[in-house]
Amino acid sequence: MTEFDLNGRRVRPDASPDMPLLWVLRDRLGLTGTKYGCGIALCGACTVLVDGQPARSCVTPLGAVAGSRVTTIEGLSAGQSDRVSRAVQDAWMRLDVVQCGYCQSGQILAAVALLRAKRRPTDAEIDGALAGNVCRCATYQRIRAAIKDAARVLG
Amino acid sequence: MRAPALQGVAIVNASRRGFLKAGVGLTLVVVAGGAAAQAGPGKAGRANAAAPFVPNAFVRIGTDGSVTVIAKHLEMGQGAYAGLATLVAEELDAAWPQVHVEGAPADASRYNNLFWGPAQGTGGSTAIANSFDQLRQAGAAARAMLVAAAANRWGVPAGQVSVAKGIVSHPPSGRRATFGELAAAAARLPVPREVKLKDPQDYVFIGRRAPRLDSGPKTNGRAIFTQDLRLPRMLTALVAHPPRFGARVRSFDAAKARAVAGVADVVAIPSGVAVVARDFWTAKTARDALGIEWDEAAAFRLGSAEIVAEYRRLAATPGARARRDGDPAAALAAAARRFEAEYEFPYLAHAAMEPMNCVVQLGPGGCEIWNGAQMQTGDQRAVAAALGLAPHQVKINMLFAGGSFGRRANPGADYVLEAAEIAKALAGGPHAGRPVKLVWTREDDMRAGWYRPLFVHRLEAGLDAHGDIVAWQHRLVGQSILAGTPFAGALVKDGIDVTSVEGASTLPYAIPNLGVELHSPKLPVPVQWWRSVGSTHTAYSTETFLDELASAAGRDPVELRRRLLDKHPRHKAVLELAAQRARWGTPLAPGEAGERRGRGVAVHESFNTFVAQVAEVTVRADGSLRVDRVVCALDCGLAINPDNIAAQVEGGIGYGLAAALHGAITLAAGIVEQSNFHDYRPLRIDEMPAVETHIVASAEPPTGVGEPATPVIAPAVANAVAAATGKRLRRLPFEGEALRA
Ligand code: FES
Ligand code: FES
Repeated sequence: MTEFDLNGRRVRPDASPDMPLLWVLRDRLGLTGTKYGCGIALCGACTVLVDGQPARSCVTPLGAVAGSRVTTIEGLSAGQSDRVSRAVQDAWMRLDVVQCGYCQSGQILAAVALLRAKRRPTDAEIDGALAGNVCRCATYQRIRAAIKDAARVLG
Repeated sequence: MRAPALQGVAIVNASRRGFLKAGVGLTLVVVAGGAAAQAGPGKAGRANAAAPFVPNAFVRIGTDGSVTVIAKHLEMGQGAYAGLATLVAEELDAAWPQVHVEGAPADASRYNNLFWGPAQGTGGSTAIANSFDQLRQAGAAARAMLVAAAANRWGVPAGQVSVAKGIVSHPPSGRRATFGELAAAAARLPVPREVKLKDPQDYVFIGRRAPRLDSGPKTNGRAIFTQDLRLPRMLTALVAHPPRFGARVRSFDAAKARAVAGVADVVAIPSGVAVVARDFWTAKTARDALGIEWDEAAAFRLGSAEIVAEYRRLAATPGARARRDGDPAAALAAAARRFEAEYEFPYLAHAAMEPMNCVVQLGPGGCEIWNGAQMQTGDQRAVAAALGLAPHQVKINMLFAGGSFGRRANPGADYVLEAAEIAKALAGGPHAGRPVKLVWTREDDMRAGWYRPLFVHRLEAGLDAHGDIVAWQHRLVGQSILAGTPFAGALVKDGIDVTSVEGASTLPYAIPNLGVELHSPKLPVPVQWWRSVGSTHTAYSTETFLDELASAAGRDPVELRRRLLDKHPRHKAVLELAAQRARWGTPLAPGEAGERRGRGVAVHESFNTFVAQVAEVTVRADGSLRVDRVVCALDCGLAINPDNIAAQVEGGIGYGLAAALHGAITLAAGIVEQSNFHDYRPLRIDEMPAVETHIVASAEPPTGVGEPATPVIAPAVANAVAAATGKRLRRLPFEGEALRA
């Protein structure tokens, strides 16, 4: 049975190692904040962080995260020390980025990973880091603005 | 401002009817005249005896001070929840943090769309427009009752009691009370027969930004979409659909599928074969193992190229007359110069981020449904007919929708019905009565049909010797969306589906001889309204053709439009505002070496909202296109929430731009060629232009903003491309059109 760290908790879900992490999270562990959008790594709705790096959970077999640290939207802003994710989520609220909201868990995780790596991303860097995250509501303008706003708050 | 009671509508104090639990406080119901007598449990809309009673109301004030607004419209991203709550909060003088929104149950006797008659549903950019009076009335009535309760308690005249930010006070004595402290007393009072609505200059919410009420749960992952709903003992179903429209199952071999651990059942339903399992991945694995033989005797086997060829042939022949001013044929014949152009628009999928899905549970007295419900009344009817129930036995819980763009308001209740059919097929077996969640994969969603119809347009125009447009002849060819739907009676007249020609038949320009004709060929490809419906194609052909005429006549495109819009001041005002803010007429900053830049304008009205956009584009040396900036001006009447209007303009432009640049569903021998986001490309962040929104100040009643920005972007961009390159794009999407210098 595959064991990994999920949002700071050790889990050993009852699922075969070739089941995609997305469906393990959603259907076996009950964490539905991670979304299904395409199933083949084209949209980013299923983005989670694996050892801090954005990954498409729809094409990540459970077995591949054995022993890893997985962070989902539910695990963001959990710790006091997690300034980046708090700043990102606050900026998302302040600017009312969301529309339907379905893509936003993935957008937020991608933004958090970007800001952890780059404190002052340029427009081109934002576009590069989030080009894999589709938003059919086209909230992109506010996503860019919110990332910059969060960067400003983080100083 | 004294507003008379709404026509045929009464506000009822539901808390006095005794069907609320103690402690709930004040509940107001706004009902169509006569229906009030039917309010109450046991008579309306209860299917499962075990389900908690949900009071049918628009406003509920709890003894804890919470103000709950019951939204009759689906929140699918467009901001309806915050908008509807704003209307109530305004007249109630509530404080925004105390306001909550709950989705209304399906019950057209209370929650009908006032623009749709006796039907409940969301669409046509009507959520705010049809609720504007209704919800302000509800808020004002609740406020008056809180005031009366306070006046009674304090023994002071009601006229001396004021309300602000959720606090009721009597300034002369300094007494104060919260809504929660007064709710129970207010609930015992009669509803005022007439309510006084605010003078617009006293608005505190309307016209200002009110933060979205769903930003929190949609930012921390807690918002529950249909896809996320988990019910005890719930099963998940995937359906194998036929590869061609019109095909059916002949036979299937489910042995391998049933052998997958966790599969509960495999059942035939009218639309295919359903695999029902413990979860998505199990159902998907099992579905892949199905062996199905399809009966394709009645299958549709044409390809897009053949459909287009047939439509072009039709476009050369006269069609049903949608509009005729003067004598366009004679004026064309007599014109000094003539122009013609043919346009092609492909089928388009909505491709909402959340693929279609629906949860259904059959119970003893009926059926309960959970989904992002957009057309409750039609869904109730369709499901009731399939299950042998009365419509009121179909209870629908409206959840957030992960986008829709029209898709979830399906005229045939397609995916909702499919979910109900699965539940029905399980009814005789060991899994009877378990909730079933139907989930479509992205591929299922993309290939299921219900597309924006494919259209071909043919335009001809004539200029006189001065370069003035004297003749305009517009022929459209495409499937009717409304034929055969319950909307046909009202919206299909003399063979003209108004949604096929809207925007073309309503062309605002002063052209003396103007004809619009329509062919509505019947094909078995299912078609449906898609964000802004007919305007998705009519705005494009009319606004790009007009632009072409302007350059042929040597006129400035803004100036020509202004002159032709003398009788249409709202069109003209948005055009002038957009042109001014975009600094129309000033030179564009040059691009890098090898890049060509251009600016283009388009104006269009849809859903009574007037929109003008100026797009700035760059055509790179390799012929690829980048939209740099869009300045949008719009007049949507009174602006309820300017920030949400801007969000809808940004999103509407992005959605329209995705279709303009990349969007096409094509058929090859009847099979849909696209399947996922690699071949039906959405807009990505690096393609999103900088969008500026400018709202025309207006005191007219509010109109919709969810759709009207969408159809204007493609022609604005095409006109900018023409300005940059001289090339006129007449086929959508632009992808694949050669723009190389
Ligand atoms: S669902 Fe994983 S990338 Fe789309
Ligand atoms: S907010 Fe709807 S898909 Fe992004």
